[in-house]
Amino acid sequence: MVTPAQVRARLAAVPDPEIPVLTVEDLGILRDVTVEGRHVTVTITPTYSGCPAMEEIGADLRAALPDFEVEVRTVLAPAWTTAWMTDAGRRKLEEYGIAPPRRTGSGPVAVTLSAAKVAALTCPQCGSRDTEELSRFASTACKSLWRCRSCREPFDHFKDH
Amino acid sequence: MTPVQAYTLRLGDDCLVLGQRLSEWAARAPTLEEDVALLNIALDLLGTARSLLGAVGDEDALAFLRAEPDWTNALLVELDNGDFGRTMARQLLVSAYQVPLWAALASSTDPVLAGVAGKAVKEATYHLDHASAWVVRLGDGTAESHARVQAGLDGVWPYAAELFETDPLVESLVQQGITAAPAVLLPVWQQTVERVLAEATLTVPESSWRPTGGRSGRHTEAFGYLLAEMQHLHRAHPGASW
Ligand SMILES: [Zn+2]
Repeated sequence: MVTPAQVRARLAAVPDPEIPVLTVEDLGILRDVTVEGRHVTVTITPTYSGCPAMEEIGADLRAALPDFEVEVRTVLAPAWTTAWMTDAGRRKLEEYGIAPPRRTGSGPVAVTLSAAKVAALTCPQCGSRDTEELSRFASTACKSLWRCRSCREPFDHFKDH
Repeated sequence: MTPVQAYTLRLGDDCLVLGQRLSEWAARAPTLEEDVALLNIALDLLGTARSLLGAVGDEDALAFLRAEPDWTNALLVELDNGDFGRTMARQLLVSAYQVPLWAALASSTDPVLAGVAGKAVKEATYHLDHASAWVVRLGDGTAESHARVQAGLDGVWPYAAELFETDPLVESLVQQGITAAPAVLLPVWQQTVERVLAEATLTVPESSWRPTGGRSGRHTEAFGYLLAEMQHLHRAHPGASW
């Protein structure tokens, strides 16, 4: 007999297809799980409106519970924010070489035109604070592209959102 | 179609058509980073469009099987990309409108619009930031870049007025607390755009010509070509997947 807690744990362990070191729980996109007999309803929320991984995540969630009838629901509100990322998720991102989102505030940081750029990040490779943003947009919607002036390596930043 | 659905479709059409336009830059942008940026913006818009169209009906049927007179996007978003300066000028005008629009809709009494807008406002803020930075860089750049972005801005500018038009549909939804009055959004837009253009050393165009008709399905010549490219695969091979 699989308990509801075990069902939830199996779903929570499903990795994100684009950043596989993170689980859907680490990302904060797993919003709710209800179990009624063999029927499981999983509620998830997208990171960005156009996140192309949502369909794959839905399929992966269903595959994680082959013995159950899994219904995946997608909700938009309340809007996902990086404030929902777990501490474990932040640590895993950093170890993977992606600078995690800042803790303070949520939502995009509007860059006033002439003012200084967004505050520097710590390089996940060498720990230097001498870093600069190269592009607001990177290989996936949730990341921006940075460069470390100390070790000269580029790195991704999981944007504060 | 209910009034809310008709309005939702307008907003979805704006996003889908602009997303389609921006995706034409794939592998053609000035730099690799910019290629990625334009397609990220396109993807955000496509995602927002899917949520909005999906609230109205079958998203594929709406996107791929509607004829030109049934599209209700504003004319501005369907204009051809032109050069990079024109694309960024158009993006500035659209994003400066979408940021306050989504911000207002996030507290709409319509739960679908509120949910979509709550996400879209964050994304549109990035788009506005990006377009503003480029318009300033080009406008306050070389003589060549200044002249080209000014020309691009002059070309798209007359079409912006349509974004702030009102009609009985919009008025009834404003009264129900479903959306914000265009007259409330306009000064916010003007302030944003004028601030960016001043920093970019660009001239605010003056135009008494105000092309309109998109909301009632009367589109520009450029739109037919866009639709043909977007729809031909689905029409030739219904349900094709790969
Ligand atoms: Zn470094």
